[in-house]
Amino acid sequence: MMRTLITFVLALFALLAHAAPSDEVFAKLAEDDSDSRIEAITALAADGSEESLKLLDALANDALAITAEGQLVILGDTEARDAKTGALLDRYPEYADAIYLNNRVRGALQGAMAASRVKSPDRAVRLAAANQLREDANEAMLPMLESALDTEQDKAVRAALILATAKINIAADDSGRRRKAAENLGESADASVKFMLGDLLKQNEDGSFAEPDEAVRAAAKASIEQIDRRLAMADVANTIFSGISLGSILMLAALGLAITYGVMGVINMAHGELLMVGAYATFVVQSLFRSYLPEYADLYVLAAVPAAFFIAAIVGMIMERTVIRWLYGRTLETLLATWGLSLILIQGARVIFGPQNQEVANPSWMSGGVEVFANVVLPWNRIVIIAFAGFVLLLVWLMMQKTRLGMFVRAVTQNRAMAGCVGVPTARIDTLAFGIGAGIAGLGGCALSQVANVGPAMGQGYIVDSFMVVVLGGVGQLAGAVTAAMGLGLMTKFLEGWSGAVVAKILVLVFIIVFIQKRPQGLFAVKGRFVED
Amino acid sequence: MKNRRSFIKALTLSASIAAIGSVSTFAQAADTIKVGILHSLSGTMAISETALKNTALMTIEEINANGGVMGKMLEPVVVDPASDWPLFAEKARQLISQDKVSVVFGCWTSVSRKSVLPVFKELNSLLFYPVQYEGEELEKNVFYTGAAPNQQAIPAVEYLMSKDGGEAKRFVLLGTDYVYPRTTNKILRAFLHSKGVADADIMEEYTPFGHSDYQTIIAKIKKFAAEGKKTAVVSTINGDSNVPFYKELGNAGLKATDVPVVAFSVGEEELRGVDAKPLAGHLAAWNYFMSVKNPTNAAFIKKYQTWAKANGVPNADTVVTNDPMEATYVGIHMWKQAVEQAGTTDVDKVIAAMGGQTFKAPSGFTLTMDKTNHHLHKPVLIGEVRPDGQFSTVWKTKEPIRAQPWSPYIEGNESKQGM
Repeated sequence: MMRTLITFVLALFALLAHAAPSDEVFAKLAEDDSDSRIEAITALAADGSEESLKLLDALANDALAITAEGQLVILGDTEARDAKTGALLDRYPEYADAIYLNNRVRGALQGAMAASRVKSPDRAVRLAAANQLREDANEAMLPMLESALDTEQDKAVRAALILATAKINIAADDSGRRRKAAENLGESADASVKFMLGDLLKQNEDGSFAEPDEAVRAAAKASIEQIDRRLAMADVANTIFSGISLGSILMLAALGLAITYGVMGVINMAHGELLMVGAYATFVVQSLFRSYLPEYADLYVLAAVPAAFFIAAIVGMIMERTVIRWLYGRTLETLLATWGLSLILIQGARVIFGPQNQEVANPSWMSGGVEVFANVVLPWNRIVIIAFAGFVLLLVWLMMQKTRLGMFVRAVTQNRAMAGCVGVPTARIDTLAFGIGAGIAGLGGCALSQVANVGPAMGQGYIVDSFMVVVLGGVGQLAGAVTAAMGLGLMTKFLEGWSGAVVAKILVLVFIIVFIQKRPQGLFAVKGRFVED
Repeated sequence: MKNRRSFIKALTLSASIAAIGSVSTFAQAADTIKVGILHSLSGTMAISETALKNTALMTIEEINANGGVMGKMLEPVVVDPASDWPLFAEKARQLISQDKVSVVFGCWTSVSRKSVLPVFKELNSLLFYPVQYEGEELEKNVFYTGAAPNQQAIPAVEYLMSKDGGEAKRFVLLGTDYVYPRTTNKILRAFLHSKGVADADIMEEYTPFGHSDYQTIIAKIKKFAAEGKKTAVVSTINGDSNVPFYKELGNAGLKATDVPVVAFSVGEEELRGVDAKPLAGHLAAWNYFMSVKNPTNAAFIKKYQTWAKANGVPNADTVVTNDPMEATYVGIHMWKQAVEQAGTTDVDKVIAAMGGQTFKAPSGFTLTMDKTNHHLHKPVLIGEVRPDGQFSTVWKTKEPIRAQPWSPYIEGNESKQGM
């Protein structure tokens, strides 16, 4: 489809040297039919004039609309212009139906725009266009691509254009051209190119090769090997990144538990709900920003971090003061009581916010991803969460090792009675330690709100995973929690690639059971209150 | 065991007392017709089912305001089966035996429907089921007002293969791991075979309920799509897993123009929890969209918004309508018509009167209840997600389509095509 379209573009290039958009084009745009709209888009891209590109831009941004009277207008935020004349309308049209593009028309629009932009003075625009053409190159574009190559100086744009031309030249009549193209395609990291080259090496039924020239075949073979190496690298890099990303989320979920369970020996079944409290705090901060500071809406996450910490910490301290402190040393009762607390918190969230999930949007600087190298796109929200997990870890470490409070917590952990004798207020330390653990869970919830659902029962999915991390890591040790979280994250992701999500989860559980059989104390063990006998 | 039984009994009893207490705001006229509403108001499915309970209550109020059924007021009895499948059966039994309801509107997941079927058969009562499902079932005591596979899944895949849908040649069948996605994908695979798609061009993947980390799956889809031919994804992911799935899709830069995703369980209600901007262009197949423009739909939306505000539904100013809500609305009205035609709420007579009932639905079509197979004739609409979380219809059938509960693409169903 693209091929016929571009042929059409070039035919029109010859015919319509820079005519402004004709009335016919407008009529076709207004028609409710994909084919006629694609024709109109093609014509607009072909004449390449300022006005036409403006129209295409408006189309791409859903800003081109039809009023009730059938007039085509370009809608701005506050003003509207007539699409034909560019004149400002005296009032904003009350009823204007934006011209909606379906996927096919949108694809045509992207290709057409790329072809018209490959010679733009702005490098970023040229690069985007060249990358688009790398996908959609076809024979009709060859002269245009080669003329663009003659003038292009920038390395990255050149590379994309060379690939685009090579894709076309691989089918050329001249074997020298074909060989050059096969060599150039070795620079690609695209699996589809590999299949294209693979077709050259296929044998026909009579034993002859699809590609008669020996040298071209050799070049193609070498290029396929290059591409394969690159694909395998990208695969491993992707898996490692997603493993670390999952590990950092597990770590954020489990760090707070490592303190409350590891340090204080409380089995807190409501830990997942503390994550949920942090996530809802993020949601509330986002809503406040949207209502009162819309111009800073993108920065709400920064304000949400302390809010999530303190709100979750306060909830945690209330839990400790009212329920948990009366049950120290009675594991089973604590377990049941905290499970009750978790149900209360879930229902509370339902009553306050309703049973539906709430939308927490990624701020624009956390949306999208960065292409590190071909086929490896790292989403920003996950990069930020990995960095955030590192930051939280550093904070916890500093607090436990470098502050007076941290020292008290460690003292109470190791020997409660002795700590009490030398004047440590043990009951208050318990409350504070629980509050800190809860606050860190709140931070975890704030991070989770960026990748997962924010709903009343969101914590339920993380409680088991958090306990797995703490049990595997060994209690009372941050290093254990970090190692276990990263190990489980990487293991899950490598297994998922190999066996699918369901089996991976089972295998991870089996591994933990076997591991705990061998090392009941986990990876790192520390002497704590509940190993004193 | 005996203890547990009595414990559960006590529990259901207290829950039912609470439930009855909450709805007795109605004037207890001596002569009312009781109607059961069986939707999860807590647990994982509350996200979807709460809106159906609201729709049912709204419709009952509407019917009462217009004089009720045969001059009698309808009295709703709401229970909460809490997304717990066995509890659905308990609650259904309680509605029929203790509360003596004439009809029950309820269930969302197929597993909850399978759980209540024996109860409705044993006590010979009536269930209206409002959600699209996998078919392979036909019960005398159930009326299905949602879509069968040939009214949703098959047309959607045909659209993906068409010129406007992008002429897809390879398919990723992605779903949550339970009966509905597995059966639907079995039907789709057989259908794709019949269209000449080889097994090498079909990838089938399942994730557990509540799965939230879609990185690996998206990487796999990217790889699969890069192997040459145009690829499309058919998603039967259910419930709140959809949010992380679409978020990851947007952030990984997989655009609808490269690899379109068509979903069967994502409607306006599910998209309320997502920033829909990166999803623009991905598809959903239903029998109704909120964005459909016609007077019946405008009135339906307005009614629901007004009802939500008046009854203090959370976030009442942003409520949306969706396909299963429309199916609930149509189901209740058709049951009313059948009762008035039969002149009684007697189950067997109402079942006999249901066949051939018609109703002017918000989708803009007049829907007919099939004379024999207990399914509605429904139009099929395919929509693309807009940045505001609504759908733009890009394709629809000219006429409502008759349901095929027994898919012709599954072996052994050849003899059942006449039903």
